[in-house]
Amino acid sequence: MLTELAPRTLAIVESVDDSHPNDNIARRLRELGFVDGEEVQIVARGPLGAEPLLVQVGFTRFALRRSEAARIRVRPAGAVA
Amino acid sequence: MSAQPLRLALVGNPNCGKTALFNQLTGSRQKVANYAGVTVERKEGRLHTGSGRSYALLDLPGAYSLHAASLDEAVTRDFCRGFLPGEAPPDVLVCVVDATNLRLHLRFALEVRELDKPMILAVNMMDAARRRGIRVDLDALSRELGVPVVETVAVRHNGARALVEQIERMADAPHPPKHRLGADADLHAETRRLLSLAVDMPQRTARVDDALDRWLLQPVIGFVALIVVMFLIFQAVYAWATPLMDLIEAGTGALGEWVGATLPEGPLNSLLVDGIIAGVGGVIVFLPQILILFAFILALEESGYLPRAAFLLDRLMASAGLSGRSFIPLLSSFACAIPGIMATRSIQDPRDRLATILVAPLMTCSARLPVYALLIGAFVPQKQIGMFNQQGLVLFGLYVAGILSALMVAWVMKKWRRDKSEHPLMLELPSYRIPHPRDLAIGLWERAWIFLRRVGGIILAMTILLWVLLNFPAPPPDAVGPAIDYSFAGRIGHAMAVFFAPLGFNWQICIALIPGMAAREVAVSSLATVYALSAADDEAAARALEPLISDGWSLATALSLLVWYIYAPMCISTLATIKRETNSWKQMSYAMFYLFALAYLASLLTYQVARALGAG
Repeated sequence: MLTELAPRTLAIVESVDDSHPNDNIARRLRELGFVDGEEVQIVARGPLGAEPLLVQVGFTRFALRRSEAARIRVRPAGAVA
Repeated sequence: MSAQPLRLALVGNPNCGKTALFNQLTGSRQKVANYAGVTVERKEGRLHTGSGRSYALLDLPGAYSLHAASLDEAVTRDFCRGFLPGEAPPDVLVCVVDATNLRLHLRFALEVRELDKPMILAVNMMDAARRRGIRVDLDALSRELGVPVVETVAVRHNGARALVEQIERMADAPHPPKHRLGADADLHAETRRLLSLAVDMPQRTARVDDALDRWLLQPVIGFVALIVVMFLIFQAVYAWATPLMDLIEAGTGALGEWVGATLPEGPLNSLLVDGIIAGVGGVIVFLPQILILFAFILALEESGYLPRAAFLLDRLMASAGLSGRSFIPLLSSFACAIPGIMATRSIQDPRDRLATILVAPLMTCSARLPVYALLIGAFVPQKQIGMFNQQGLVLFGLYVAGILSALMVAWVMKKWRRDKSEHPLMLELPSYRIPHPRDLAIGLWERAWIFLRRVGGIILAMTILLWVLLNFPAPPPDAVGPAIDYSFAGRIGHAMAVFFAPLGFNWQICIALIPGMAAREVAVSSLATVYALSAADDEAAARALEPLISDGWSLATALSLLVWYIYAPMCISTLATIKRETNSWKQMSYAMFYLFALAYLASLLTYQVARALGAG
């Protein structure tokens, strides 16, 4: 999961999982570019409780709360799918 | 040329430089209003081309997707499809993408293309892209997309020339995109294909962004930087505005004297000098401070720092039942709660949005600045403490008090609801950019104009009404004491004073509270009018308001009034905006009641404690 990724380590998105049927948050994450094969990394973490996470995907940086990032499944960069 | 000009609409992701492009194309020929029935800002301008033609150009709210997740996005979706009530469908869509952020923005452009409307793709910020070594093959992009593609640099003179030429060509022969994908296509896969064909990008992020984010988002240094930035703003509002304010004050003073000496003695003379010039002048004098505050907010917004601040504060605000996104509306509320409450439309989550709306009036709006400035000027000595100005420190303290109260109120509301559902953040942190002077100037001009219109309308009307209440009925011929005691206003003030006596408010303050409901800053002009008319002799009337109250009021009264204005819900326009935005009388009454109760209790406490400590 993206939340378990160490900061400034590249990983590859596998999927975004719906946490419930019709999960609008998951759909928006996919629209923002969190789809299979995209490189992601955690660039920074918030000052209190490491919340939120600053996640780089594509050329864009998004602040995601941990509960949002927990929907994103990743694999280490370089590993074969 | 036909009677109806061709309608163009700018669409694009947030942060694609759409509004800068809009400013470049339309200059100052802009009209800001709302879309019919919804409270989303509608910006329309006129584009006049070299060939003498003219187009109606609309700047649509930024959207990540046509699957709308917020009110703003829903407006963009419905407008593009031609379903928005009261709006004719657009003739040509100009889709704006940021050349440095094509992975995200091209996907949205593909979604827009599916609408099958005449469309031009404007690849914006090509200057920044070149500096980063990004190469975009516009011809390949145009061929693959089947729509005309032009490059633009919104911040450079003539940077939109290619776009204007393309608009003219499209206007002569409008045609929909040459090809489309169909409903179920994978837009991400198509985006990747386009990127691999047309874009060469050596590095994923700008080095500047990496370096700045490393420091500005660092837990300790980032927080310190945020506090320093906020603090600088408030010091600047106080220190830089003073010379300009002195100038305006001297100007209105001289005007009042001249009018007073030129016109014959009588009611008209009194209305002009004591009523209008004293009243309106007392408000205009705060224009420099308001503009400086707005200039900082605009510059921070344009530079991309505001979302960083939201990132740093999200956890803190979430624990109080708000979100990092609430930061931007709340910061705007420092200028005025109305644009602040309107800015909450960018918060998709309904609960977060409502909480933000309800606490926005607690942010110290610029209309309160006149009241604070007057009282601080009268009661806090002008002294340096280390590198800080003591008056600036007190002002800072009042702002902090407002913020802390807002957090507390939001926290109580959160506990009240016992809501456990999830509220997303998902906030983009755009690249840093240097704000363009033209965009700042247009933004400032819009704000200054809104403020002056208020002065011209509500405030002028209230000032005149107050003058009438203060001067009629006239005292009987055998009256002793000042005439004001016999007027309507005097009687109302004395009656209210009973209720407000525990707070330390005298009857002059009570009178000023009434017109202050229309707009808070009117309280100052009202005080000026009340004191000008209740002065025992001409010499006292000629003195400015500040020394008058510093002699006449106790410190406890001044503190109590300062605290009152942290909470006071005395702004009809804010309440009207809350009603409109929440579409609920209940929420509005709730806001009014809790603000009034807080104001009364906090002032009561302040006055009584201050008196007990010997400041009475």
